[in-house]
Amino acid sequence: MKARAAAKRPGGGRLVVLVPYLWLLAFFLVPFVIVAKISLSQTAMALPPYTPVLDLAAGWEGVKQFAAQLSLDSYALLVSDELYLRSYLKSVEVAAASTVLLLLIGYPLAYGIARSPRGLQPLLVMLVVLPFWTSFLIRVYAWINILQRDGLLNDVLMRLHITSVPIAWLSSDTAIYIGVVYSYLPFMVLPLYASLEKIDPGLLEAAADLGCPRWKAFWRVTLPLSWPGVAAGALLCFIPITGEFVIPDLLGGSRTLMIGQTLWTEFFSNRDWPVASAIAVALLALLLVPILLYERLQKRAIGEAP
Amino acid sequence: MKRTSAFNVASVALGLAFLYLPIAILVIYSFNASRLVSVWGGWSLEWYRELLRDQAILDAAWMSLRIGALSASAATVLGTLAAVALTRGRRFRGRLLFSGMVYAPLVMPEVITGLSLLLLFVASGVDRGFWTVTAAHTTLTMCFVTVIVQSRLIGFDRSLEEAAMDLGCPPLRTFLTVTLPLIWPAVAAGWMLAFSLSLDDLVIASFTTGPGATTLPIRIYSQVRLGVKPEINAICTIMIAVVAFATVASSLAAKRGATRRAREGLGVQV
Repeated sequence: MKARAAAKRPGGGRLVVLVPYLWLLAFFLVPFVIVAKISLSQTAMALPPYTPVLDLAAGWEGVKQFAAQLSLDSYALLVSDELYLRSYLKSVEVAAASTVLLLLIGYPLAYGIARSPRGLQPLLVMLVVLPFWTSFLIRVYAWINILQRDGLLNDVLMRLHITSVPIAWLSSDTAIYIGVVYSYLPFMVLPLYASLEKIDPGLLEAAADLGCPRWKAFWRVTLPLSWPGVAAGALLCFIPITGEFVIPDLLGGSRTLMIGQTLWTEFFSNRDWPVASAIAVALLALLLVPILLYERLQKRAIGEAP
Repeated sequence: MKRTSAFNVASVALGLAFLYLPIAILVIYSFNASRLVSVWGGWSLEWYRELLRDQAILDAAWMSLRIGALSASAATVLGTLAAVALTRGRRFRGRLLFSGMVYAPLVMPEVITGLSLLLLFVASGVDRGFWTVTAAHTTLTMCFVTVIVQSRLIGFDRSLEEAAMDLGCPPLRTFLTVTLPLIWPAVAAGWMLAFSLSLDDLVIASFTTGPGATTLPIRIYSQVRLGVKPEINAICTIMIAVVAFATVASSLAAKRGATRRAREGLGVQV
């Protein structure tokens, strides 16, 4: 409706930009400003559970009063309480290690698909993507079936006499890594495949003709050319894994929480909105550089009009 | 140089086995007559019957379907507009910010998006429930739609649009009669992705929901936290079956569309 009315007027094409622009401003950018504001507020036993609430009706006095009450208490808490620092480090550790694992598993898979017969490739890609369409929650839950104490893995291990007592797989870092690698594998394989598939086979033939051994051709030709895929896949996994909540919550233990869980607990259990907001701001600061890098890659990949 | 070495076959086979084995196990155990996972009690449909009696799960599923359909439709409109603006539109002020806002939600941790949207809803004083979850999902999924439609817009021959415009076709009509039919598969794929992302989302929905708007993932999550239940296996199996069916059907439809277009030569009539 709006678009039609717009097209009749000259310059109505602006509405095409304006509608999604305003939507994103209202539902993406403004919320961040609010998070930043609340992270500077103080916890209160009220609803909403924070003060001060900016009272614009009070005019300039209201703004001054508001500014005077802002505090850095929440940030001070983040720095002073070891709990928060530990969960930050834990998140970065899990994200970095699982990104490496994903590369080690995803690269051979993507390489194998890119080297398979042309006609087969779309089917193989679809098979990799298909699990991504099923619910994230289901995929994590599927592993609980396998990893729990009287689950399938222990059953198999005990039948094979590899172990005589059931091993506690759940509530451990191993379970987190399995869940993360399993859930994020398609995100790693797709960009890798996209860049590997583009490589001209003639280059490798040329290398072979000139007497280059295959491993060296891989190292000197294939790997450097697939670099954009490696970077895209790594960022596409690293950033969301750092803030991951569902996987560590269902599969991990309760000893060291990841930062997403800490935020969740502060918000839902402790009802400390200012601290939860401060955690979000700090997490965003940590991820700002990777996110900007990812955006640059994405723009280049899509060959956006300058 | 297309060599199918043993190593390549093995890595693909192992990778796919890793992806599908847990799902296969889940599906098989949904038909297990025994309540215990480690004990196979024979085939049974008991958990599906139990599911049909579970009104809370059914209500949650209906809620999720409604939120998914509505937010995916809104996201497809907004996302397509954004894609057109980014690829076809002239330079405009704030373009850098715009593209930044389009790509950031793709990787933004859900806890941050969820918390910030909730604080927005609290600050603006709206009642939380169906509409707030729908708005939140629209925001998240429209960015995925944009990326999909954008890559399609870049990929096709722009001279078709230019020809229409040169012949005096107004921009909106050009879009509706030339561009839209060409990007249609991407728009449809975008809708499907948006719909399934909405059905899938737990974290953002948990933050932005209110009383009376429990979505399926929120319901499943609260059940799973209490331990494995065969009914959950059953509902997961149903969801997997729906997804598998939709994917196969849409890829078959896409293939048929492609052959038809190939037969007609050029699938556009201006």
